[in-house]
Amino acid sequence: MFYFESGQFKKSYREDQAILPIRQDRIGIAVIIAVAFGGVPFILNDYLLNAVFIPALIYALAALGLNILVGYCGQISLGTGAFLAVGAYASYKLMTSFPELNFILVILLSGGVTACVGMVFGLPSLRIKGFYLAVATLAAQFFIIWLFNKVGWFYNDNATGQISAPPRDVFGFQITGPAAHPVATYLFVLTFVTFFALVAKNLVRSRVGRTWMAIRDMDIAAELIGIRPLQTKLTAFGVSSFYIGMAGAMIFTIWLGAVEAGEAFNIDQSFLVLFMVIIGGLGSILGSFLGAFFMILMPIALKQTMVDGLGMTAVSAKHMEFVILGVLILVFLIMEPHGLARLWRLGKEKLRRWPFPY
Amino acid sequence: MIFFLETVISGLMAGVMYALVAIGFVLIFKASGVFNYAQGVMALFAALTLVGVMEKFGVSAWIAIPVTMGVMIIVAYLVDYFILRHLVNEPPIILFMATIGLAYVLEGVGDIMWGSDVKVLDIGLPSGASDYLLDNYNLYIEKLEIVAAVVAAVLVVVLAFFFQKTRVGRALRAVADDHQAALSIGISLRGIWRIVWSVSGFVALVAGIMWGSKSGVQFSLSLIALKALPVLILGGFTSIPGAIVGGLIIGVGEKVAEIYAGPYIGSAIENWFAYILALAFLLVRPQGLFGEKIIERV
Repeated sequence: MFYFESGQFKKSYREDQAILPIRQDRIGIAVIIAVAFGGVPFILNDYLLNAVFIPALIYALAALGLNILVGYCGQISLGTGAFLAVGAYASYKLMTSFPELNFILVILLSGGVTACVGMVFGLPSLRIKGFYLAVATLAAQFFIIWLFNKVGWFYNDNATGQISAPPRDVFGFQITGPAAHPVATYLFVLTFVTFFALVAKNLVRSRVGRTWMAIRDMDIAAELIGIRPLQTKLTAFGVSSFYIGMAGAMIFTIWLGAVEAGEAFNIDQSFLVLFMVIIGGLGSILGSFLGAFFMILMPIALKQTMVDGLGMTAVSAKHMEFVILGVLILVFLIMEPHGLARLWRLGKEKLRRWPFPY
Repeated sequence: MIFFLETVISGLMAGVMYALVAIGFVLIFKASGVFNYAQGVMALFAALTLVGVMEKFGVSAWIAIPVTMGVMIIVAYLVDYFILRHLVNEPPIILFMATIGLAYVLEGVGDIMWGSDVKVLDIGLPSGASDYLLDNYNLYIEKLEIVAAVVAAVLVVVLAFFFQKTRVGRALRAVADDHQAALSIGISLRGIWRIVWSVSGFVALVAGIMWGSKSGVQFSLSLIALKALPVLILGGFTSIPGAIVGGLIIGVGEKVAEIYAGPYIGSAIENWFAYILALAFLLVRPQGLFGEKIIERV
């Protein structure tokens, strides 16, 4: 009754091709964005912002990137951790080499650097696919992390081997460094992520996105209708790495503040982002957000209930967390292999008739 | 020269260890097309269970090993009942993710049951250097590594016999060849999967014993699964001899590169050398040394 599109006529092609053709969707998204910008930072305390919302939003950006590659272009990558690291180290080098550079530009340029690296490691995708490609991207994972640990230039030869983010301002508000206020960083991240989610949404509806999907669905057929596999796959790797690189830069500068390549960006990160994409829904922009929030919230919620609620020790809670995480992933894959985004779509179908199904 | 020989031989022995894990992958991949990321964790789980049974009940290895094997068979049945059964006809990536989930579960269960501290696995395998080779040829080779090589050889022979001569083995090969055709002549696909997962549980147990005796039973054992991947690429995903040869090449290449190229480009290149080698190999021969030719142009 409330979610019913009858009476909403499209009078022009413009209206017909809008991102959100249904009025209720437009209102819903507007409300969500308004709450995210105006409500969340003032209702929630700093802990929730720092531990849940900021990482979830940043990881949503990474998941968006990986979703472009895996969900839209059908190329499996297990090198996400390494590409996050490339973004992080690129931003570190940019911030220390050019202290005057605007922070927004730093993030964008880190994404650019990562895009170049990603395209290089995407080259094997032209000859191999499936699991073979996954192993090829694993090579990137191990090689890049090793490089960052070994070559002193990347971490300016400091004794600890760690990199730490110098404080930076955007529009007079401090964004990075220990003195940054969570609300300011949250709003910065949110603006960034919202903007690039919109870009991604439009990108996958455009010619570029359609060529990606054609390659995903059947590469030979796509080639026959005149899509060039080389360009298509490399743009997918490039755009995907661009997003992942920006996320990596933000993980380092905004969320963690100080990282060490082997610890913060190991293979577990690759799997974490891949889980976000799969649980959220392959080939869905909304799914990337849902998956990221789910995968960030769940361990925190599990830990809270088990350590504080049930009085378990931290160690056994950690083991329990592993089991529950594994079981949840399995249950999810079995019940709904298409992810949370699919559940949302089914919900919308139900909602159209609710509360009078007949 | 002696030093080079020692490097090569210790590389070969390490390669045998990789091959032990890789064989488990190949078995499952051939029969069900599932890429089983949990193979390394299965080895860890088997070793943990073995140590746990020996410690808790104070029994000798000869009783503990069959008990552990029983546990691995139960695991295989549970995997089939709770996971594979529901995921028939899903795309490979979903199945792959499911095995990652399985890896988490097995790891957590193993830790909860037996604790997560590093354990010493001692089932009476010889350790230390071989005196005979040290005295006569001045070669330093661990006895354990020789045992591992012999065990791997025996394992391959047993598996080859099992696949070539027994009724079940023939059914397994039929399934590996063509699922549909195998089904149509009355081979139970699920029965085969259970057997294959049990067999790879057995292989995981053997690998777990070897690795556990070598470096203690600990979490890092599950990471050898990642080392087995380039081995598979080199040897081909569907070939058991390929897994052995690939393992040997990776093992030797790694050790030689670490010792002779390491000083120039930095240490710890063992971490990625295998992958780069596999990557280079992929570009030349995507199906691996012994894999079935993939007649498909990308």
